[in-house]
Amino acid sequence: MIITLLQLVWSYLKIGFFGFGGGYAMLSLIHSEVVVRNGWLTNGEFSDIVAISQMTPGPIALNSATYIGYEVAGITGSIVATTAVCIPALTLMMLITRFFIKLHNNNYVQSVVVCMRPVVVGMIASAALLLIFPHSDDGRSFIDGWSWVIFIVTLLASTRKVNPILLIIASGIAGVVIYGWDMIMG
Amino acid sequence: MRELFDIFWSFLKIGAFTFGGGYAMIPLIQHEVIHNRGWLAERDFIDLLTLAQAAPGPIALNTAVFVGYRRCGYVGSLAAVLGVVVPSFVIILIVAIFFADMRHNAWVDAAFKGMRPAVVALIVAPIMGLTRGMRPWLLAVSAAVALVVWYWGVSPVWFLVAGAAVGILLAARQGKEVDR
Repeated sequence: MIITLLQLVWSYLKIGFFGFGGGYAMLSLIHSEVVVRNGWLTNGEFSDIVAISQMTPGPIALNSATYIGYEVAGITGSIVATTAVCIPALTLMMLITRFFIKLHNNNYVQSVVVCMRPVVVGMIASAALLLIFPHSDDGRSFIDGWSWVIFIVTLLASTRKVNPILLIIASGIAGVVIYGWDMIMG
Repeated sequence: MRELFDIFWSFLKIGAFTFGGGYAMIPLIQHEVIHNRGWLAERDFIDLLTLAQAAPGPIALNTAVFVGYRRCGYVGSLAAVLGVVVPSFVIILIVAIFFADMRHNAWVDAAFKGMRPAVVALIVAPIMGLTRGMRPWLLAVSAAVALVVWYWGVSPVWFLVAGAAVGILLAARQGKEVDR
């Protein structure tokens, strides 16, 4: 139990510390820790949590910490993981604010941000690849032709700035209609 | 004490209504922190956004630390972070407790089968915007990172560290050139 909690703390400290580039970039980091490294979730469960995170308030890093913490070690786990993910941001931002470093005038910071951008884009793409072509069969995101229809329609709607919460809900309803129909018929 | 509670309360509201995360919440933060409370000037808010994006971690969290610290020091930071975290923590905990049972329901399962490809689409969509206008060799770097992380399961942390190192080296070289 203690070992599991320590692993949770270590994983979520890393996620908090290296969580550059916003929610979707963090997904690949979270996936790497939670699915690949520790096997706490399957691919399918991982994408379910992303869906839940879209529908509930709060950043995905926090949401996943609370959820996975609970799955792995109950309420203690969820408190421990959520605290761990906050600690890097809390300490770093306090230091930055304390000394009020003018980051936007700092060449080093500018240069680092620019050089990290292609990495961040690659991380987002890897999160997508991991969900489209997972290494194992448990919990595939794409199970039949309908999956690709939902994917393409959502992609088109999303590039036209349709609200993501709405898209998740609509695709859930589509799932109920398509696969529920199969259940009733067969 | 009163001020601490105000900070907590403002960030509780921000935490409770920021669906979709990240940039979607900036207008809400702006409204609450600048217009409602007058805790920051517009000019400071731009600084704050630069800071919050350059530093690791969710923007909401970084903003909370910044504003809290500015108002009441580190206690203020803690009050603000607690405010942001509590709504998502409570909601996700409730979901986690009940979802385990619900997940076995055939209808819920059908809904999630529909949502999974939509989630992938939501992840793919911003890539198209981000890569627009990117130089071809930078695109190649992105593609290489994506492939290595996906295929061999290498942790993306290494690439972030490498990106940061390259950035520091480039800035150092530029600095030297300016000195000359």
